[in-house]
Amino acid sequence: MSNVFSNIGAWVNERAPGMMPMYRAHMTEYYAPKNFNLWYYFGSLAILVLVNQIVTGIFLTMNYNPSAAGAFDSVQYIMRDVEWGWLIRYMHSTGASLFFVVVFLHMFRGIMYGSYKKPRELVWLLGMLIFLVLMAEAFMGYVLPWGNMSFWGAKVIISLFGTIPYIGNSLVDWIMGDFLPGDATLNRFFALHVIALPLVLLLLVVLHIAALHEVGSNNPDGVEIKKGPKGNRWDALKPADGIPFHPYYTVKDLVGVGFFLLIAAFIIFFAPTLGGWFLEHDNAIRANNLVTPAEIKPVWYFTPFYAIVRMIPSFLGTAVWGVLAMFSAIAVLFVMPWLDRGKVKSIRYRGTGYKVALGIFVLSFFGLGAVGAGVTAEVIPAWFGDVDLTFWENLFGRLMTLLYFGFFVFLWAYTHFGWEKTKPVPERVTTHD
Amino acid sequence: MKHFLSGIALAFGLLVGAMPVHAEGGEGALMKSGADVRDQASLQRGARLFFNYCVGCHSLKYMRYSRIAEDLGLTENEVMQNLNFTGAKFDDPVISHMPAELAKTWFGKDPPDLSLEVDAKGADWVYTYLNSFYLDPHSPIGWNNTALPNAAMPFPLWELQGTQTALMKPAKDGDSAAVEKLVLSQPGKMTPAQYQQATRDLTSFLQYASEPAALQRHHYGIWVVLFLALLTFLLALLKKEYWKDVH
Repeated sequence: MSNVFSNIGAWVNERAPGMMPMYRAHMTEYYAPKNFNLWYYFGSLAILVLVNQIVTGIFLTMNYNPSAAGAFDSVQYIMRDVEWGWLIRYMHSTGASLFFVVVFLHMFRGIMYGSYKKPRELVWLLGMLIFLVLMAEAFMGYVLPWGNMSFWGAKVIISLFGTIPYIGNSLVDWIMGDFLPGDATLNRFFALHVIALPLVLLLLVVLHIAALHEVGSNNPDGVEIKKGPKGNRWDALKPADGIPFHPYYTVKDLVGVGFFLLIAAFIIFFAPTLGGWFLEHDNAIRANNLVTPAEIKPVWYFTPFYAIVRMIPSFLGTAVWGVLAMFSAIAVLFVMPWLDRGKVKSIRYRGTGYKVALGIFVLSFFGLGAVGAGVTAEVIPAWFGDVDLTFWENLFGRLMTLLYFGFFVFLWAYTHFGWEKTKPVPERVTTHD
Repeated sequence: MKHFLSGIALAFGLLVGAMPVHAEGGEGALMKSGADVRDQASLQRGARLFFNYCVGCHSLKYMRYSRIAEDLGLTENEVMQNLNFTGAKFDDPVISHMPAELAKTWFGKDPPDLSLEVDAKGADWVYTYLNSFYLDPHSPIGWNNTALPNAAMPFPLWELQGTQTALMKPAKDGDSAAVEKLVLSQPGKMTPAQYQQATRDLTSFLQYASEPAALQRHHYGIWVVLFLALLTFLLALLKKEYWKDVH
């Protein structure tokens, strides 16, 4: 039997001699720092969720009907009449939310350990592109069930483009293919959601990993193992603090996978709507252009950005400022490698100012999320009684917006003017023997 | 590092702690339904109520009679004789026979399909609604409801609950008079406790109709979680074994 396998292996090798070297370069001879911690699980988990979305998505496509007349019914058909359809749909809907959980944590890891800094700027830029495409992918996917929140969410988000001077209104009609979200909108969103954007995502993920493997992984100490001493048990010329990705990190990532699946399964089987956070109750009502939901809000992962739109008032006769601010909130992440002039990568050795600022940044992100999700609209009256809700919510939301952008301004000034007092960075990763 | 983790945990805790309670369409506080789709006897009683009192006007267009039989542990005969009064086939969906034009004339609108009512509004809302009808001489149909003011629906369960009347709060400036509380003015066939149980059963049935998959979820879920817990444990041991020589 093993003879058969080695014969097949030899046969392939003769015809594709580059394959084994490529496998080795990316798996068994890709040397990753040995000190990865909990934060390093989220990259491989993002790939896992991507695969889950594609596989469950294919099965959903087999029974989903992308038309304004049939979409809502077909989702219920999947939930009730398709064998295991409910499981496939819940895996897809839970996967969508967990995708953002994982990606947010992955991005935060990158910020915390300075993984966007030289020489990994390209890795960061490709990652940010993935995030951007993922947001478009998620938004369009959210419209497909054609519930009332799908409809109104689509209407509100597409209307954001209407604030652009001169071309705005025509642009909105062009995106929707109609004067309201309708059959044409649903059809094109379906095409983009199941074919165009997943292809782009896959390509970007390949480039993201390829770019990473060119320069090698960062680590919680933010030291370059390639610049450290050479020679490990496997190769005399490779970094002493590196270990082969396979099998060390493949088995380690499997532990993360198991733990992640445990959490995912708990949500899928026991709380698939997660109290209205992963699947919204208004989406149990068919899309109806005559009945507006009590409160139109996006799914949780868009709420921080949506809050920024809501918090910026319109002036000079246009509401485009809020939309610009929202896009800037994402655009500013793209330029982080050039905003942050600090030479020290990891938070472990950075100045106190940086640590405090990053903590505030995280809180501002949660604060904005609370505003965008309507949590503040519930909490302010509940905690403080009969107060002017609009005033206090705007005050809070604008403060959070200020803190969000303030982080980037601070980061630039802090590092540009040399205010940062860093700690000495060790020569090698701290866990070496 | 530790500070960051605890900071994030704190922020997340605050966010979760502040989660708004799901109460769309609600007026005032909702009663706790206590609905439980895992209580099959309750689902059966709820189904009986639904098919005796509700299906005259309301459809469950996403539910099939055969699926109800399978999930509620009933035979085809039991369902066809006790629940199906419209002459539908066993595999047909539950469609009310009320003509739409007549419904419009009588109530001013089509009685809504109730397949996804609990998913859309919550079990507690449905339960509260069923317990909040009162006689209102000002309403064109004679009934009103504190959970959905000026509802177009007459109260089909009145002979079970009896009739409630509203005690009004004195009107504040600029406001119209509001209902302070409902009192049972004429008892029905059931005691208040029996009626609450009956509406709890009905709510359970509608919750089941919203998501029949909930029964399967609960059935398989525990095994999936246990399997994954074991798998994760074994994978952790595997990792430990492989990493023995990394120092």
